[in-house]
Amino acid sequence: MPSNKSVSDAPITQFINCRILRDHRLQRDDLWVREGKILNPEKLFFDEEGFADLQVDCGDGILAPGFIDVQINGGYGVDFSQAADDISGGMALVAKKILEHGVTSFCPTLVTSPPHIYHKVRATDRVLVSVQVLPQVSVDDGGPGGAGVLGVHLEGPFISREKRGAHPERYLCSLAGGGLKDLLEVYGSLDNVAIVTLAPEIPGSLEVVRQLKERGITVSLGHSVADLSQAEQAVQHGATFITHLFNAMLPFHHRDPGIVGLLTSDQVPENRTIFYGMIADGIHTNPAALRIAHRAHPAGLVLVTDAITAMGLPPGRHTLGQQDIEIEGLHAYVAGTKTLSGSIATMDMCVRHFQQASGCSLEAALEAASLHPAQLLGISHRKGTLNYGTDADFVLLDDELSVRATYIAGHQVWRK
Amino acid sequence: MRLVILEDYDLASEWAAKYIRNRIVQARPSADRYFTLGLPTGSTPLGCYKKLIEYYKNGDISFKYVKTFNMDEYVGLPRDHPESYHSYMWNNFFKHIDINPANAHILDGNAADLQKECDTFEQKIADAGGIDLFVGGIGPDGHIAFNEPGSSLVSRTRVKTLAQDTILANARFFGNDLSKVPTMTLTVGVGTVMDAREVMILITGAHKAFALYKAIEEGVNHMWTVSAFQQHPRTIFVCDEDATLELRVKTVKYFKGLMHVHNKLVDPMHSVKDYKD
Repeated sequence: MPSNKSVSDAPITQFINCRILRDHRLQRDDLWVREGKILNPEKLFFDEEGFADLQVDCGDGILAPGFIDVQINGGYGVDFSQAADDISGGMALVAKKILEHGVTSFCPTLVTSPPHIYHKVRATDRVLVSVQVLPQVSVDDGGPGGAGVLGVHLEGPFISREKRGAHPERYLCSLAGGGLKDLLEVYGSLDNVAIVTLAPEIPGSLEVVRQLKERGITVSLGHSVADLSQAEQAVQHGATFITHLFNAMLPFHHRDPGIVGLLTSDQVPENRTIFYGMIADGIHTNPAALRIAHRAHPAGLVLVTDAITAMGLPPGRHTLGQQDIEIEGLHAYVAGTKTLSGSIATMDMCVRHFQQASGCSLEAALEAASLHPAQLLGISHRKGTLNYGTDADFVLLDDELSVRATYIAGHQVWRK
Repeated sequence: MRLVILEDYDLASEWAAKYIRNRIVQARPSADRYFTLGLPTGSTPLGCYKKLIEYYKNGDISFKYVKTFNMDEYVGLPRDHPESYHSYMWNNFFKHIDINPANAHILDGNAADLQKECDTFEQKIADAGGIDLFVGGIGPDGHIAFNEPGSSLVSRTRVKTLAQDTILANARFFGNDLSKVPTMTLTVGVGTVMDAREVMILITGAHKAFALYKAIEEGVNHMWTVSAFQQHPRTIFVCDEDATLELRVKTVKYFKGLMHVHNKLVDPMHSVKDYKD
């Protein structure tokens, strides 16, 4: 009988003995949850004369908003871009396993692929929905079965030939057919799409940026040879993100800083923040470069794993698709060579590395994996913070930022 | 009247907290017999609340069977405004302890009918069987609760317009913008506090020294409303050295000489642990 029945009779949980990341700082306070949302306990006390049904002792740990990974290509042997028969099962596996890393929602990322792959993924998305619906937690928000899916990140195929990186050249596309029509032809549909990475120097891209923005889709610039003014034009048309800064773009040059120059550009519309993805695994971005970006524009830094199929697999040799991969420590090499085959970083590792390498506060490191990606996606009113009324997705960490437990909608979904 | 003089603010706060603790614990409150406590806001009682929270966390005291009645609240200030006394009580005391929200009473300064709200508050105090211990602080002009100078010494809970002094003093809490400072409050009356079985008044700091002098060394005077408690049979003033600066040496020496007696009120300290069967 704790809460006033006239408001809700759902049970209330009070997480005690913790420090909460709120308003950009760690505060000694309790976290209250009812019906999957963070509750304002003062209103509960005075309006409802209610109190908690259950107290959970957090052992003096840190409670931070759940991590959001907006760029993850797969892991645990699963490649989201491979049209395997059971991709929904694969996606569910990754969604479940990344709970260990404190990730409570993510954007499965598809690299440049032939059109039939995109259609396939879209079809399986619906399968995923039907599989994971639980009585009280909708699949979009995740739950005990795994981290929530915020929408797909489509990286390519509308990208630069020169900066395609590992994307297969034969599937790259132009926007010659009239912009959005080209996208729909390749992707099939734009439902469930959260982010599109494209190269702004491709003719016709500005109009596409504007149209995607109108549909509420985040446009990211990457795999591009754009100069700064092209990048600024794309931003003025609505682009807000930079895909893995420094990687797959022109290197910084003082007379044309390229896309990197957006971090300090004065052509960014007022009240707009440019965000940039950063693979802070200590391998894909030199710590000095990481510090340059962070110090120039701390509010825009978004930690991404950009993890590939091999993430989460044990050390040793693995056959993944057409490729043999050798995992040694934090490196994934093409077997028999010293060529990096992609990131196998986990989000919690990235947070720790970023904090150590940049010397930033714990708060700033945690927000780069939670608040900033939520702001990027325009969902900070419900995710990425521990403000009252938002989703109770959070992670319990120790002072070394190791994940002790992960919660979605107030329920423990993983624990060490 | 008792006057308890401690070295500094921290010791005065601790002494007051120990006293409250002993009174509650020794009353052995239960579902049939609650302990009723009157509570103040402001900067003076903060240290005392901190200590009480510490005792609660150590398991020495419980507020499960305690009913509280706050002295006052601003009129028209949103309840969740950081300067409201609801916010003050939540942040500095209630959120840290085990009190049942239904037992924590604060006047609603946003009630549609303010006088009715005040009358209801008085009724609730009566229904609770009166107040066992009313803890208060005072302003530099000797006001207790918001009973500004000139308030009737037999006043009851009511709407009160603030004195210009108080409004000016409060401006610092509202961004130094006078237009934002509430000008009216709901407050218990001097008579309401006088009805309590026991009253404890906390007075610390040199800026309160003149008020303490007026409270205890001069006559009962409605221009220094706290002086009314000279006529209360059980009143304790708890103060620090700074607050005694305007008192006569004779007065200070007399009460300091009684400290070994007064300290028996807080030593030994009682704990609910002692009463666990």
